[in-house]
Amino acid sequence: MNATETRPSREGLQWALRRLKDALLEILRATRDTLLQLLKNPLSTVGLFLLVIFATVALFAPLLAPPERPNAPYQIPQREIVRPFQAPQGKDVYETTPTPPSANHILGTTQDYYDIYYTLIWGARNAFKLGILIVLSTLMIGVVVGAVSAYFGGWVDEILMRIVEIFLVFPFLLATLVLTTILGRGLDKIVIAFIVFGWPGYARFVRGEVLHVKENAYVEAARAAGAGSRRVIFRHVLPNAIYPVLVLASLDIGSIVLSASALSFLGLIPEGFADWGQLIGFSRNWILGTVQNPLEYWYTIIFPGLAISLFVLGWNLLGDAVRDIFDPRLRGSRSRSS
Amino acid sequence: MLAYIARRLLFLPIILFGVTVILFAMLQLLNPYERLSLYVKDPSQLRGGKEQLDRLIEKHGLKDSLFVQYGRWVNKSIHLDFGWSETAKTTVLNGFLGRFPATLELTLFAIGPILFFAIWLGVLAAVHHNRWIDQLTRVITILGYSLPSFVLGLVLLMGFYGLLSRHLPPLFGGWFSPGRLSEWAQQIVGGESFHAYTRLVTVDALLNGQWRIFWDALGHLVLPVATLSYINWAGYLRIMRSSMLETLRQDYVTTARSKGVEERLVIKRHARRNALIPIVTLSGFLVVGLLSGVVITETIFGYPGLGSWAAQAALQLDVATVLGLLTFVTILFIVVNLIVDLLYAVIDPRVRLT
Repeated sequence: MNATETRPSREGLQWALRRLKDALLEILRATRDTLLQLLKNPLSTVGLFLLVIFATVALFAPLLAPPERPNAPYQIPQREIVRPFQAPQGKDVYETTPTPPSANHILGTTQDYYDIYYTLIWGARNAFKLGILIVLSTLMIGVVVGAVSAYFGGWVDEILMRIVEIFLVFPFLLATLVLTTILGRGLDKIVIAFIVFGWPGYARFVRGEVLHVKENAYVEAARAAGAGSRRVIFRHVLPNAIYPVLVLASLDIGSIVLSASALSFLGLIPEGFADWGQLIGFSRNWILGTVQNPLEYWYTIIFPGLAISLFVLGWNLLGDAVRDIFDPRLRGSRSRSS
Repeated sequence: MLAYIARRLLFLPIILFGVTVILFAMLQLLNPYERLSLYVKDPSQLRGGKEQLDRLIEKHGLKDSLFVQYGRWVNKSIHLDFGWSETAKTTVLNGFLGRFPATLELTLFAIGPILFFAIWLGVLAAVHHNRWIDQLTRVITILGYSLPSFVLGLVLLMGFYGLLSRHLPPLFGGWFSPGRLSEWAQQIVGGESFHAYTRLVTVDALLNGQWRIFWDALGHLVLPVATLSYINWAGYLRIMRSSMLETLRQDYVTTARSKGVEERLVIKRHARRNALIPIVTLSGFLVVGLLSGVVITETIFGYPGLGSWAAQAALQLDVATVLGLLTFVTILFIVVNLIVDLLYAVIDPRVRLT
């Protein structure tokens, strides 16, 4: 390979980078416009405010709650063993009953001496990580399938949409519960299950958007100019359809985190992982207080319950307003888990 | 009309085929030893040594080609044979039949409040469009969407069962406690003199003239029904509101008003009835959704139905049970979907044309 042959590809790379920069700037500009519009509405302002707080907490988790073992920060520390003794099975036993908020544990500890404050902080980071990971990977499949389906139409569309329909028949929570079980439990298995049963919804939505954009004259013009179908899809149709798709999909983070924590609430992730759902799952054992104080263990449910409710509320307040701006069609399309 | 029905029925086998392929593919993620529980009806067979298991795998052909295995599995499923459930200590089918009435009862009790509140508030919000009552329902709806059922359920349980039930008069003894019945009532229901006509405890109690058991069962249903209602009616309220808003804009509503019909009657007779169509058709899905989606609610309240069974089976890696349940529910969903679509075509002629 000689120098003259590599030059065009380097130019191609520069051209691609320039395109990418333009696209990113475009997205940033559109985001700013959307944000300005959102701030006019008091409800979505509250939502935005809540999410900014959660994002800050997630971002600065290592400062807010320094992990004991930096290479495994999501493992909730069970330090300060109150009454260490050898259990019959030869294991250390921690203080098993929850302890109320104190100087050492400002939000108290739940069963087995797991610190609630630590779990809430790292749980926020986990929620964002999980939500973004699931939405992005699900969306990628959805975009490809939806775009191909809409662009080619005919029997390609027919087959792909039948497959989508088949996947949508499954009740989401039960199907993800079953697949997670079969895969062997754990957070990564939950992510896989959510992707497997989540992409059809996006595929259908992207298809609708692409069909809409496809009607535009510039697509016709590109085709008349001799552009191949791949070029038309990826250069002309998708860039114009992608923004509403991106926005509306990112708003699903709230409901996805809600569904995922429903599974971890049921106990499908390893114990001791910093996850809100699991923390609430623990509190099931502490509904009843003592005779003197029936609500003795209120902190085991109220703090994590508030965290997840406010997180989901933030996304929903924002989503409600954004959907009004963008697309009324998608409203309430994602069925929620009971 | 006939063409529409024919087309729908034509797609049915395709959907069924696709669904079974996905279910079977999920099953294939497991190795033959893990899959065995789906093929036996007697757990003692599984207790043998490795040779015994190998013999069973040989016998049921779990190492045959996928096509052969798929055919065999479909055949088994058609005969409602889903294997042995380790959590229920019986066959999956028997476990299902034993728990289904409990979930059905919970569902039947929950539908009323969900639809009542959704329709009432939805109409109210639409009639007072953009006024404070509309804004209020909007906020309540968003809050309803956002409060996870497992948080709401546990808080209710803490407040009503942990705190309030201690201060209730004896008449309400056993109210709000988890489960389906109090212990004393369970003993009577399980006894010989109690006839299980429908296996819905509330109905059976009344048929047996045991009003105390009826009262007890009712008390156990209050919190789960409240939880299910609160988290479900938000969605239906929105649908009702937008449907009502659309109907109020129709010409015949204007005509009725200009004829001089009282506003109250315009809303009740002319608008609300037509606005109800989407809710009526969606309530079919509501039933299926509740039947399949009560996993969390039943688990919180220790209610012995299909949902809590699914959660328990998932925790104990009881694959036969979870997969069998998913198969039941999905097939149920397909059937209801078809019925609702066909009914829709009968009610609303516009559907047939598409």
